[in-house]
Amino acid sequence: MNTFKKGGIHPKDNKIYSAHQPIVECGLPKQAIIPLAQHIGAPAKPIVQKGDKVKVGQLIAEAGGFVSANVHSGVSGVVNKIDATTDAWGLRMPAIFIDVEGDEWVEEIDRSSDVIRECNLEPKEIIDRIAKAGIVGLGGACFPTHVKLCPPPGQKAEVLIVNGVECEPYLTCDHQLMLEHGEEIMIGIQIVMRALGINRAVIGIEKNKPDAIARMQELAQKTLGVEVKALKLKYPQGGEKQLIDACINRQVASGALPISVGAVVDNVATIYAIYEAVQKHKPLFSRVMTVTGKQVAKPGNYLVRFGTPLTQVVELAGGVPEGTGKIIGGGPMMGRAMNNIDMPAHKRTSGLLFLPEEESRRGIEENCIRCGKCVSACPMGLEPYLLSRQSELQMWSEMEDHHVMDCIECGCCQFTCPSHRPLLDYVRQGKATVGGILRARAAAKK
Amino acid sequence: MNKLIVAPAPHAHSGDSVSKNMLLVIAALMPAYAVSLAAFGWGALITTLISIAACCLVEWLIAKFLLKQKPTLCDCSAILTGLLLAFNLPSNLPWWLVVIGAVVAIGIGKMTFGGLGQNPFNPALVGRVFLLIAYPVQMTSWPLPQGFAGRYVDAVTGATPLAAMKQIVKGNADLVSQLPDLKDALFGFMGGSLGEVSAIALLAGGIFLICMKVITWHIPVSILATIALFAWIATPEGFACSHEYILYTLLTGGIMLGAFFMATDYVTSPMTNWGKVIFGIGIGLIVMVIRTWGAYPEGMSFAILIMNATVPLLNKIRPKLFGEVVKK
Repeated sequence: MNTFKKGGIHPKDNKIYSAHQPIVECGLPKQAIIPLAQHIGAPAKPIVQKGDKVKVGQLIAEAGGFVSANVHSGVSGVVNKIDATTDAWGLRMPAIFIDVEGDEWVEEIDRSSDVIRECNLEPKEIIDRIAKAGIVGLGGACFPTHVKLCPPPGQKAEVLIVNGVECEPYLTCDHQLMLEHGEEIMIGIQIVMRALGINRAVIGIEKNKPDAIARMQELAQKTLGVEVKALKLKYPQGGEKQLIDACINRQVASGALPISVGAVVDNVATIYAIYEAVQKHKPLFSRVMTVTGKQVAKPGNYLVRFGTPLTQVVELAGGVPEGTGKIIGGGPMMGRAMNNIDMPAHKRTSGLLFLPEEESRRGIEENCIRCGKCVSACPMGLEPYLLSRQSELQMWSEMEDHHVMDCIECGCCQFTCPSHRPLLDYVRQGKATVGGILRARAAAKK
Repeated sequence: MNKLIVAPAPHAHSGDSVSKNMLLVIAALMPAYAVSLAAFGWGALITTLISIAACCLVEWLIAKFLLKQKPTLCDCSAILTGLLLAFNLPSNLPWWLVVIGAVVAIGIGKMTFGGLGQNPFNPALVGRVFLLIAYPVQMTSWPLPQGFAGRYVDAVTGATPLAAMKQIVKGNADLVSQLPDLKDALFGFMGGSLGEVSAIALLAGGIFLICMKVITWHIPVSILATIALFAWIATPEGFACSHEYILYTLLTGGIMLGAFFMATDYVTSPMTNWGKVIFGIGIGLIVMVIRTWGAYPEGMSFAILIMNATVPLLNKIRPKLFGEVVKK
């Protein structure tokens, strides 16, 4: 069975809490707060004004540049104001506030549950629809998908890699999506293949989801050029470079993009959004997110319209459990601990994880005993013990020389450290500084 | 809602800890220690207890009064150093020499550099080699294995197979008949340091450590393979075949103890797999050079200490970067 070759760890997957919970639709909020920056790149520019009536699926903010994405309303109602809101980390972010009235959708959206298989659009039309629908990578990075589907001149896509790995412990939304909407995902894959002008796609799924593997395999048999790869359980298999290595045994060089080995990687949730956008004219204004944790009353997978306060989703899952010490946006390996859950759901919120108090604290830091476990665990072939020390000592040029920019911040080093050292904290800090230096150097050259 | 804890990712941990690793190594040494008790009786018990107690006390005193650090006895590393030091001493060593060894091991070998993780040399071996140089007579009088019937003070001593091996290497081929039976050498019915006699128990402990992922195979395998290869090429006269010499070389002296437990010390061994292999080959070569041409019958301690000194250099060997070579 395939997997990526270098490093990696085996955290407990803890998916039993929310696995196989059918996707439940979350109700509408009284007021939706829709952020303008739900993606990597420039924030979107609002095109509605206070007092405007909007419908579900209506474009309310336009992409603010090439690397940016449209934002659509997830609710119908009246624009109350365009103002800043505070996210879960105390940062201000511009957003459109909409007072919800009814649930009136834009007419062209096909709300039926029929699966539409036929797609005869030209590649350019497909990419246009994806761009219009404001689709971004829903695996976590939120990179605008239409940019990814337009390879730079001189580089040609050969194979589409579909990320059904969901290697973060606890999260199950992609798993459930494959079980409930496998057929749509398969059509989405064919649409993307058509858009890229390629005839091969590989779906990577870890073997802790045997039913998803079986379902997708059954569908793939009927589809030309699509193949399902069952992958050995190992974190961080969902990392772009790791997944390409595991699925087609090609290694993306340091500093290069997946397209350099002919690969385009998309998450299953993104593919589903593409299906909906191209075949049903439904822009991206909702997503499935996992609400889970050992003590959560009703852990599950919830379909949430963007702008809905997270508190409302949490109510549906039975409220914040007693004795919660940490609330994480995303999974335990790469997710962010939140100060509160008052912020709205948006394209980036893949899950909410409630950790009990006793699992929330870090261990007591001890001296590095030079065991080298961080070196063996690093999937990028770096030396985390050294990088963290260099970062402590502010040795930026040495860090650059030791390829700190290759770090994918997966957290394997810190997970595995017997001395409980905050390796990634330091490496991340150093990476940010070195990144700044590199950008300044590039700007000076111009 | 009660107060929430906020910290950067990752929010999960493997549950591994320093003390867990140390305790696993201590556990892996227990089969060998059981053989030591059976072979050397009271001597093995007393020497070990004194060594561990002295190591812990020295570490505590230095941490508390000299370095003014929080004492770090909970990480169990001082216990392990004490145990390993005792394993490297003759079981009838006077108690005050054991204490001196512990003071040198922990005081000079470890705490001088700032405590756990900072020392360039294996502390237990620093202690042993100091005693070997300063008290050569006491350090080379080996009690015969008599179990609890033997005495700690004034134990009956005798030559170890290593002394005979040295003579054989120097050309005294008739001494081959004086070597213990290979089976006895394997199970530990021969003279020697407290913990080094039973090759099979040490091997079992070492394999346990590899299975538990406390150590990797790289260091022990490269040491043993290098020694075996060297012995195969340079078999002295007197042995029926080179296999016999290879086995005697591997089973006598501290080869097994050194390869699985002393050379693999995290702090004083390289971080990367290639570094570990070179480190192991270096140790194997130096041991055989000392045993073949040097003055000492045994060379494991010196070999490990010399290679410890190369570790900062070996750590310059970087792991292979992901995707450095793009396959077409």
